[in-house]
Amino acid sequence: MGPALRIMTLTAVLALTGCATTHPQDPFEKFNRAMFQFNDTVDQAAVKPAAQVYKTLPDFVQIGVGNFFGNLEDGWTAVNNLLQGKVADGLSDVMRFTFNSTFGLGGLLDIGSEAGLPKHKEDFGQTLGKWGVRSGPYVVLPILGSSTLRDVVVLPVDIEADPWHHLRPAHTRNIGSVVRAVDQRAAVLDASNLIEEAALDRYEFVRDAYLQRRQNKVYDGDPPSSAYEFDVGPSEASGNSAAGSAPGNAAVATNPEPVQGAVVEVEQNGAGATNAKVVEKESKQ
Amino acid sequence: MNVFKKLFAVAGFAFAGLAFAPAALAQEAPDALVKRISQEVLETAKTDKDIQAGNQKRVLELVEAKILPHVDFQRMTALAAGRFWREATPEQQKQLTNEFRTLLVYTYSGAISQVKDQKLEFKPMRADASDTEVEVRSQVLQPRGGDPIQLNYRLEKSPSGWKIYDVNVLGAWLVETYKGNFAAEISKGGIDGLIKALSDRNKRLAASAAKTAKS
Repeated sequence: MGPALRIMTLTAVLALTGCATTHPQDPFEKFNRAMFQFNDTVDQAAVKPAAQVYKTLPDFVQIGVGNFFGNLEDGWTAVNNLLQGKVADGLSDVMRFTFNSTFGLGGLLDIGSEAGLPKHKEDFGQTLGKWGVRSGPYVVLPILGSSTLRDVVVLPVDIEADPWHHLRPAHTRNIGSVVRAVDQRAAVLDASNLIEEAALDRYEFVRDAYLQRRQNKVYDGDPPSSAYEFDVGPSEASGNSAAGSAPGNAAVATNPEPVQGAVVEVEQNGAGATNAKVVEKESKQ
Repeated sequence: MNVFKKLFAVAGFAFAGLAFAPAALAQEAPDALVKRISQEVLETAKTDKDIQAGNQKRVLELVEAKILPHVDFQRMTALAAGRFWREATPEQQKQLTNEFRTLLVYTYSGAISQVKDQKLEFKPMRADASDTEVEVRSQVLQPRGGDPIQLNYRLEKSPSGWKIYDVNVLGAWLVETYKGNFAAEISKGGIDGLIKALSDRNKRLAASAAKTAKS
């Protein structure tokens, strides 16, 4: 169990580097930021350029690669769906895997999706989440990126369950793993460009989005909705936002509009927040 | 010639939208509203040659005309600022809202320019007729297959129709995601520091958007 040992060591390192920070779910921020920086450097130097080249390949090649490796995951997804008690999804995954592995030429073609068997993506961390295990602190892994302590601990299980991991000779396996990584990076090229524009602090932005996204996956897209801490309710300034104040105009910053709309009554959690039920968030420790 | 025709068509569309918006929208249900505007935007983004060619100014115009009237940026900004919102003066609140709106418009426009063959799918809405806050759920189906992109909206009822005040992309809410960024900037340089950080970013984005509008 090589990976298991490595991850246990990493967990120990993490435990030691813990220090006081602002985000309750990020006690390892210092370590995480360093890892984020490291990953970013590797990405800019090698992975992103490779993904950009990969993007110039014919579509059918890219789709084939994505389908092939995606198909390898579907077996494990089926197991996890069954473990989570989602029998219908689990059986659908089994059928999907069977179809695509045979008629789909070893997974190159995703005929399952066309036959109405959509892809689900489940790993063992999600299964544990469904069973009630909390995600614990945010962890940035070298190369692999964002994760949480719960998911790091069971990562060896996910790795062992990956058929590609057992492929021999190692040479072929390694080449395949690189292609797979580049394919996955290429799939999020546009998204990562967007984040570069949108985020003031990329580390925090990625962390805060990841933790929500992961929670969302555990709940299969339907997590308990969280309430806003300080809700001012709807601002009545109707039409105000429509008037020429978008970046197309030069006068954005010094927009001489009536200030009326900006005077907001602070009615905290007033009539506004009816639909958002207060449910304790997973991050609360 | 064709391009001009399209331009006029889109411009006419936009004007018609602006002129009749208040009257027509008062009765429109929240899910119908989101469906209509997103389909209109998707349709235009797919067919407009300038947008497909990467002209960001055209995208900005599209977003301004179609989407901005239906967004409560002030509440969105207030929620992202959290407890600091009350500490800000009305003038700061106004500036913050403006800068945040500009940033979001830029990033949203960036996303729209990437639209090609995506399809939208709406899920049935779970809400009472008396609700003043609702969530509209949809997903974007990718032409290449793979996981669909979850896209949800929170809307509030206002005298001038339903308004969007938070968006969920791939499981992450916009407000919640920006909260940490806002708090960090405020702890460094106060509200004014945050306003400045946003406006600096916007200036950079404006410069790169200007480059794409080669005309």
